[in-house]
Amino acid sequence: MDFKLTAEQEMLRKTVQEFAAKEVAPTAAQRDEDEQFSRDIYNKVGALGLTGIPFPEEYGGAGWDNLTYIIAVEELSRACASTGITFSASISLAAWPILAYGTPEQKKQFLTPLADGSKLGAFGLTESGAGTDAAAQQTIATADGDNYILNGVKTFITNGGEAEIYVIMAMTDRSKGTRGISAFIVEKDTPGFTFGAVERKMGIRASATQELIFRDCRIPKTNLLGREGDGFKIAMATLDGGRIGVAAQALGIAQRALDEAVKYAKERRQFGKPISSFQGISFMLADMATQVEAARLLTYRAAYQKDQGQPYSKEAAMAKMFASDAAMQVTTNAVQVFGGYGYSREYPVERLMRDAKITQIYEGTNQVQQMVVSAAILR
Amino acid sequence: MKINSELCSGCGACAAACPFGALVIKGNKAEKTDACTDCGACASACSFEAIQAGSGSDNGGDAHDLNSYKGVWVYLELKDRQLRGVALELLAQGRKLADEMGQELAGVLLGDNVADLANEVFANGADRLYLVEDPCYGRYDADQYTAAMTELINTYRPAVILLGATHNGRDLAPRVAARIKTGLTADCTGLSIDTETGLVAWTRPAFGGNIMATILCPNHRPQMGTVRPRVFKRAEPDCGRTGTIVRAKTKATTSRVKWIKSIKSLKESVNLEDAEIIVAGGRGMGKPESFALVSELAELLGGAVGASRAVVDAGWMPADHQVGQTGKTVAPRVYIACGISGAIQHLAGMQGSDVIVAINRDASAPIFTVAHYGIVGDVNEVLPALINEIRCATA
Amino acid sequence: MKIVVCVKQVPDTTEVKIDPKTNTLMRQGVPSIVNPHDKHALEMALSLRDQLGGSVTVLSMGPMQSQEALRECLAMGADHAVLLSDRAFGGADTLATSYTLAAGIRKIGEFDLIICGKQAIDGDTAQVGPEMAEHLGIPHITYASQVEAGADGAPVRVHRDGEEGTEILEVKLPVLLTVTHYGDGPRLPVVKGIRRAFRAEVDVWSVNDVEVDRNVLGLKGSPTQVRRIFSPDKRCGCEMIPGDACAAASVVATKLRELRIIGVGS
Repeated sequence: MDFKLTAEQEMLRKTVQEFAAKEVAPTAAQRDEDEQFSRDIYNKVGALGLTGIPFPEEYGGAGWDNLTYIIAVEELSRACASTGITFSASISLAAWPILAYGTPEQKKQFLTPLADGSKLGAFGLTESGAGTDAAAQQTIATADGDNYILNGVKTFITNGGEAEIYVIMAMTDRSKGTRGISAFIVEKDTPGFTFGAVERKMGIRASATQELIFRDCRIPKTNLLGREGDGFKIAMATLDGGRIGVAAQALGIAQRALDEAVKYAKERRQFGKPISSFQGISFMLADMATQVEAARLLTYRAAYQKDQGQPYSKEAAMAKMFASDAAMQVTTNAVQVFGGYGYSREYPVERLMRDAKITQIYEGTNQVQQMVVSAAILR
Repeated sequence: MKINSELCSGCGACAAACPFGALVIKGNKAEKTDACTDCGACASACSFEAIQAGSGSDNGGDAHDLNSYKGVWVYLELKDRQLRGVALELLAQGRKLADEMGQELAGVLLGDNVADLANEVFANGADRLYLVEDPCYGRYDADQYTAAMTELINTYRPAVILLGATHNGRDLAPRVAARIKTGLTADCTGLSIDTETGLVAWTRPAFGGNIMATILCPNHRPQMGTVRPRVFKRAEPDCGRTGTIVRAKTKATTSRVKWIKSIKSLKESVNLEDAEIIVAGGRGMGKPESFALVSELAELLGGAVGASRAVVDAGWMPADHQVGQTGKTVAPRVYIACGISGAIQHLAGMQGSDVIVAINRDASAPIFTVAHYGIVGDVNEVLPALINEIRCATA
Repeated sequence: MKIVVCVKQVPDTTEVKIDPKTNTLMRQGVPSIVNPHDKHALEMALSLRDQLGGSVTVLSMGPMQSQEALRECLAMGADHAVLLSDRAFGGADTLATSYTLAAGIRKIGEFDLIICGKQAIDGDTAQVGPEMAEHLGIPHITYASQVEAGADGAPVRVHRDGEEGTEILEVKLPVLLTVTHYGDGPRLPVVKGIRRAFRAEVDVWSVNDVEVDRNVLGLKGSPTQVRRIFSPDKRCGCEMIPGDACAAASVVATKLRELRIIGVGS
């Protein structure tokens, strides 16, 4: 058993840290305040090559692995959780299903620009009436000659409006239930594809979240991903991987909260001593550090399973559930360590706490993760 | 460096003291690895005399030859045809060394039509001036200056040469040292005569100012070193002093580097070295905008603005404001350090200040180890209060 | 253009602290990094290569661990890496170091430009560059901030930062430059660069691989010797000024008045 990352992975981590410190972190608070998505930052993420990490070289990738990609998500999220999820949604939820289920032509056309970072991806499953109950899809795709015609509305779509390439789930045969769901690749600017309300969120406010509206949106049949009826399977497999990304995002947020709390506790003085010298604070920090480390181990383990070609659905669910709960607790405690200053927007920890909450919710609420884990162990 | 394993107790004190991580304890004995630079830190740390410092360096000339080199030289760098401050500082310190050695102090002046500076050179302590005047020395040029210096050294054989650790001094000295094949110690902050050997003991900060090293050049002549400006105080000039001018001719050389033009800095130059008062800010200012407070206080006091390396690296302040080992060494009458924790490399650049006032949130910050007056508090509260106080006081 | 960049692996001296109790260096956990000025030198070299074609070789002297530093340079985009590593090179002062590096450069072969960082942050001597140029018999320019290269074989124009401004100098190749800071600073390695770097070879040369006079190598060949190492003096007796911001400010103002830094007021 070896808990050590390779020197190559360590160099990648250091590179992402330097990149994030220079290009991402300085504007994070302001972008949160302004609810401003930055394409410029994503372009730089692409130029650095992070978008290509887990993809083969023939599709513009670096031919590396998921664990390394997960480290990149963690480090970006440590600087800015919005940037972390923008990246993770494009790579895990849009590029990955195209890699896994796409034809060589689809990969060439759609995976390559996602892997080189020139285009941004998004994933459309959730609808207003189909959240945890993903099978209750109302969006339909009707075959018509060489085309499918899409009709329906997707909500809470990360990168919605900003992405160029969307992987969209829609019913091709309602009578078959989940087996009647199919996956499609839809490009921005396709006639009939528009965007609705921009979500006004509690956290990750510098990420784009928008409604997708399909009204007689005609796409070529060559944009069907996998076969008709594969959609639910594709969506579930995609979310398994996406959850490792969310776990890494939560881990990054938690690590940052811990960093900030430790630094502050050493600086802040009360009763003539730094507050870190009081057990009430130092023990809290000890618990926070332990939670962060446990979250890291579960998250890396899930990514490792995936890289080994082993089943990772349960591991991803555990990692996501644990890391997001850890993020929530660690950020809440970080605010507590900061006291009144923690509640102030002058300091970064309140943002971390707001950002942490979503990790317990999206890409399957933690209750869904409990369903996944319990189903796996009770099989 | 040699370890006597019979005396070694394996206590590890040497490994802990090694700045380079070059010692390991294996089988209860210390062992050195390839990272060892023979700096000798381990030997001082060893309580069992198991480590013999230094080395087996036995190269170099014989004693008779070495003794034929005599006198202390100060390279007199010019700025706008005037002696630079550091040249005067080195004359003062060189005088002390020469007296201790019982030898002469000489200045070396390369330039175009600069003979009028001779009296100032003598007034500041020199017994002799080697004067090389030629239009080709009107501007510093590495090739020509190296050739001239080398020729002078080979002809007149000084025992010691001091140069200012300025841009040009640090350009010229290594080129000359490599041509003569002698030892050169950079950026010294201390100079004395080693009582045991009679050699110059060159003391300089290393490792980012975290440690000080005293260096000798036993078997090569001349012993050369560059010395940081503002480390030594210049002497009170004695206008009655006289000396001998040696007009030296050097072989004409052409330079491989052609000067095209010089562009004076457009921006107002930050003259930290000459400032009487410096208000400096560090990371503890919190954000770049807070630097306005530092500037305001500096302006109010008629001083200059300094910065720590951290804030220069972070892009809050331009590099020419940087004080410290990799920035400027300063010694103002008052140095006010605001939100500077006092990384050792910063301290190395300012601890010569007459009075140091430190304001920092962290009472255990190293800045307080060099400060005369310390305030534990938030600079963003203390500075406005101080600005207000001074406004009222001077109103 | 064929460029050689000399780099050194150094401890990150900004991370070093002094143990306040024992007054000794706490170097535990201090990471090794590529000397920051050397990264600027590499950036200058890479920019020139990207502009004019050619190759960039990075050269270092040090223990085997220095391969990490060279690996990072390869990741940033250097084409080749060479490490001079041998016990015989150890303990060298700047003269012996520059001599050894010069021998390495002769073995690398033809070159147009050698670029070094201004100084290493552990030794801070700024001597190895000019000394190396002397060993190689080529001119040098220190504190270079910009290079304008012309056609092949034409002289280059170098901007040299001086204390009073910038000098524009013209010099025929080959030349050695030392660099403090270049442009917007060193580039980050891109992911594919990191991948490539870990698949590339770092050539390691021992004393047998280079043509040298063994008498002027390493510690034995170093004219300067370290006599002793000690911790910098610590001043004690800092007078702590109590009270809140206003009270403390008032005390400081009084001190400044006593020092006649500010007037006594009216």
